[in-house]
Amino acid sequence: MLTPERDQLAENITKWIDQYGGNRSALLPTLQEIQKRHGRVTEYAMQVVADKLSIHPVEVYGVITFYAFLDTKYKGRFIIRLCRTISCDMAGKSRVARQLENDLGIKFGESTADGRFTLEWANCLGLCDHGPALLVNSQVFTHVTPEKVHDIIESCRKAFGAHTLQKEEVHIA
Amino acid sequence: MSETYTAPLTFSKVKAGKGLEAALELDRAGVINEITASGLKGRGGAGFPTGVKWNLAAAAKDPVKYVVCNADEGEPGTFKDRVILTDHADLVFEGMTICAYAIGAKKGILYLRGEYTYLQDHIEGILRKRREAKLLGKNAGGKKGFEFNIEVRMGSGAYICGEETALIESLEGQRGEPRNRPPFPVNTGFLGHPTVPNNVETFAWAATIMSKGSEWFKKIGTDKSAGLKIFSVSGDCKQPGVYEFPLGITIKELLKAVGGLDAKAVQVGGASGSCVPAREFNRKIAFEDVATGGSIIVFGPQRDMLKVAENFMEFFHDESCGQCTPCREGNGKILEGIHMLQQGKCSMHYLRELCALGETMQLASKCGLGQTSPNAFLSIVKNFPDEIMGRAGAAQE
Repeated sequence: MLTPERDQLAENITKWIDQYGGNRSALLPTLQEIQKRHGRVTEYAMQVVADKLSIHPVEVYGVITFYAFLDTKYKGRFIIRLCRTISCDMAGKSRVARQLENDLGIKFGESTADGRFTLEWANCLGLCDHGPALLVNSQVFTHVTPEKVHDIIESCRKAFGAHTLQKEEVHIA
Repeated sequence: MSETYTAPLTFSKVKAGKGLEAALELDRAGVINEITASGLKGRGGAGFPTGVKWNLAAAAKDPVKYVVCNADEGEPGTFKDRVILTDHADLVFEGMTICAYAIGAKKGILYLRGEYTYLQDHIEGILRKRREAKLLGKNAGGKKGFEFNIEVRMGSGAYICGEETALIESLEGQRGEPRNRPPFPVNTGFLGHPTVPNNVETFAWAATIMSKGSEWFKKIGTDKSAGLKIFSVSGDCKQPGVYEFPLGITIKELLKAVGGLDAKAVQVGGASGSCVPAREFNRKIAFEDVATGGSIIVFGPQRDMLKVAENFMEFFHDESCGQCTPCREGNGKILEGIHMLQQGKCSMHYLRELCALGETMQLASKCGLGQTSPNAFLSIVKNFPDEIMGRAGAAQE
């Protein structure tokens, strides 16, 4: 990581913490901003956040590891989260899961070598009437069939580069 | 994303702003009396009387108070709050504003689950319009001296944050681990100040009640469960979607409306609710009989109930916050037991031990998650013993 980028990150962190109230309750929204823009929360980012809030960095680490949508390790540009809970299960999520694994060549919990995709399970996404459902970053796909899996992955591949499914995304990791 | 089937809802017929207008004409005690008289109980599932909650917060002496809208809808099979926030977010904010007026709060927070990030822009847009219309901010709704603002905070993928004290912990920038109660949030809530946490639907009903009157609401439903309720219906039925029924409706009547009469069981109240077998379909959906936060999952005749129990226990094992032992260890043990049952390797003695463990969890867990997580397993063991005992084992399946 280049120094100016670190400075930029530190500046942003200060901005976000102030924007969300400047106290400990700004922690979660600040971490969400870091996650959204950088794809993970690095040790450096944790240290900066901790300094600004006058808490120990391990407090920040403890919060990150508690929440499923915050990561310390870098994940793929597109995080595919397939719902595994009962209604999606009954609607046939297992076959969709197998097809995702086949098409991406990875298992659940893994990322592709090119850093584009991460495949994860999600608990109930609240789309029970449209199962099987999945999220790609924050975009929703419903009534997914094994056949549709290919199209979803392709639309991500095409979007890779100039346009992405996630707004305001910059990777400097 | 495909459209959710939504039956006609009362919320669509309520005139925007009328409830708030009516509330601001009354004094604070008058609003609380109206909500109390309606018999409205918390629509998130626990069913605590809303008027009582508001009254406790109003009575607390503190210049700083908060209104929190719990939109961390994570219960398996529940999606009504997603639909309410998509179609009727204005009414929800109106309810929050009425509550703020009644208890004397200046700040409201809507805690939206991270999985619903795609709704955030829509919700922020509606808040912006309310601010422009002076329904929020200083002298909100034209009431001199009444100031109220609402902010949206996002969750980050933790089911447990739907528990009110865990939600508050999360808002405070902590791990979402539930607190001991008492003290309750109405006394010691967000940042130690009195806080009213209510479900999305509860706020929408509060606004509706102020608009249509408590008498109207009270007349619907049963004595102990007044009013209408929004249901999320999924699973093996012809028309899954969002429905509105009066409380006290029997499961049979509900199944008829959604086209699921051939069901062999219905999960009422999500994974933490109970599994009702076909022979008990005459039971009522109400706080005094089968309680629910709105989740109805229909199981058709071909469903393997042990697989259903496995799915629920996987969910709880994953979502337990790990803070207290009965829940952290118990969910794993029951899941392990289900795998033994699937392989046909569980003795009757061990099954009874597992059920005893489930009952211990119900008693000894710190929060609602562990207290309710064994419910589905226990009711499946009780109602479908033939289906789960003496299975052929994994090799032959």
